[in-house]
Amino acid sequence: MKAILRSRLTPLVALALIMALVPMIAPTSFHLRVAALVWIFSLAALGLTILMGYAGQVSLGHAGFLGIGAYAVAIGPARLGLDPLLCLLLGAVLSGLIAWLVGRPILKLKGYYLAIATLGFGVIVALILHSETELTGGPDGMSVSRITLFGWRVTGALNWYWVSAGALLIGALIALNIAASPTGRALRALHDSEVAAAGAGIDVSAKKLAAFVVAAVYAAVAGGLLAAMNGLITPEAASFSHSVELVAMVIIGGLGSVFGTVLGAAFLVVLPQTLTAFQEYEQAVLGLLIMVFMIFLPQGIVPSLRAMIEERLP
Amino acid sequence: MTPQTPLLDVSGIGISFGGLKAVDAVSFKVGAGEVFSIIGPNGAGKTTLFNLVTGIYRPSRGSVRLDGADITAVPPHRRVSRGMARTFQNLQIFFRMTAVENVMVGCALSERTSFLADMLGLPSVFRQNRVTREKALALLDRVGLAALADAPAGALPYGALKRLEIARALAADPKILLLDEPAAGCNAVETEAIDHLIAEIAKGGIAVVLIEHDMKLVMKISDRVLVLAQGRPLAEGPPRAVRENPEVIAAYLGDIGSREADRAHG
Repeated sequence: MKAILRSRLTPLVALALIMALVPMIAPTSFHLRVAALVWIFSLAALGLTILMGYAGQVSLGHAGFLGIGAYAVAIGPARLGLDPLLCLLLGAVLSGLIAWLVGRPILKLKGYYLAIATLGFGVIVALILHSETELTGGPDGMSVSRITLFGWRVTGALNWYWVSAGALLIGALIALNIAASPTGRALRALHDSEVAAAGAGIDVSAKKLAAFVVAAVYAAVAGGLLAAMNGLITPEAASFSHSVELVAMVIIGGLGSVFGTVLGAAFLVVLPQTLTAFQEYEQAVLGLLIMVFMIFLPQGIVPSLRAMIEERLP
Repeated sequence: MTPQTPLLDVSGIGISFGGLKAVDAVSFKVGAGEVFSIIGPNGAGKTTLFNLVTGIYRPSRGSVRLDGADITAVPPHRRVSRGMARTFQNLQIFFRMTAVENVMVGCALSERTSFLADMLGLPSVFRQNRVTREKALALLDRVGLAALADAPAGALPYGALKRLEIARALAADPKILLLDEPAAGCNAVETEAIDHLIAEIAKGGIAVVLIEHDMKLVMKISDRVLVLAQGRPLAEGPPRAVRENPEVIAAYLGDIGSREADRAHG
């Protein structure tokens, strides 16, 4: 039992099983769309799990990278006549490149200072998407053309469900691979002590930058999928509240846990849908639930539950 | 035992903080297989000198040469690949990792997988992990911590953590090892284990630079001793000569006496 709990690929197998089960029990295509949103936001949050959970570097502007990926898929086909799938990849590359340029100076900052600098980055991206009306359609956003995968035009809730699930499985596999590799050890080491990591010969700033770029690529791919699935994108995608939501997903699920990140994303995507009965108090109830969760599972869902289960096992 | 070609050559090094000369005009040479100790009262600048030699501080004056090459401007993580490893006075342990993982991090320089291979989880990554773990386990065995390999580092007692740091530093295959108070806070048995360990490391041809307050340990294992007082060198030589130097007795040993009195009361 303990071996299963600790095995590297257990979260991946569990995730694949859940992915296979959901379409059998989802009553309507609306439910499938919500599930697809969970997979897409999980993917965006997984990048933050690598950056925050492994390497201990916070980003409060991560929705900015999500926005870059989303608008690449929107703008490329509409304004430049490019293939939407190619734009998804270009958006990921562009996002990684911007992360590399922005990350070099700001990753020298630590803790609160890094949080504020990344926040500033997110605000700038949202502002540009708002004000460059010619290019982005401004606050009203713009429509996004369909993605074609090797001649197959992706439409309908079920197809998007499988595409987003596949993307998340690949993202989860990469995150788990990193965790079990020399790179993952280096990231976890600098999380605990940068001076000791440097003392082991690790280039701390290069490793932090790599984690930042990878996290930006995750967010951009998720943003591109989000835009293409919804067929519409607004600057809201890059908003500060979205950045905070991504951070909350990572922390509620359990810092550094891949499966926990998916649970955290599910929590924050599904709950608002079920809380509509509370009408104007919806946000307040959601906030209250987050507080209760953090009080009773202070390390996040997965690490707290794992500790409880391991305590009870012989 | 004066070395023929010094492995480490520190020359006229100094740094000032806000006008105060924390370390000033310190020079020393250390050869392979030598144990060189730096002693001095609290605040004499010993750890500052370590931070200058390992590159955490940039010196305002003087130079550091390793194996003949000037490394004064080389950042700390690159000094490791040139053969310089250290431990820290205030433990710098990766507390969220296990003991063996801490040492595996120390092996980072000998690991040969690319970032891309790590992301894709190629078989070479797992082969590398096995090789690294074997090496780390051997080092844990060498410092007497083999039984605690898979324990979380946060659960290890203080004396064990001191030895864990030495194992992690050795994992970088250094030519020169700088140990900042390896026996501080250790009991007599643990101190003796560290004494044997240092002697064995030096016997393997590694130069050891040691900061230590335990005078018995210093006098027993050092080939040469440098005495610092207020950031300046006060005396240098074999342990016996240093111990009998009247200036050293006046500046330093009085302080030891009061410290031991403190310890007895605390």
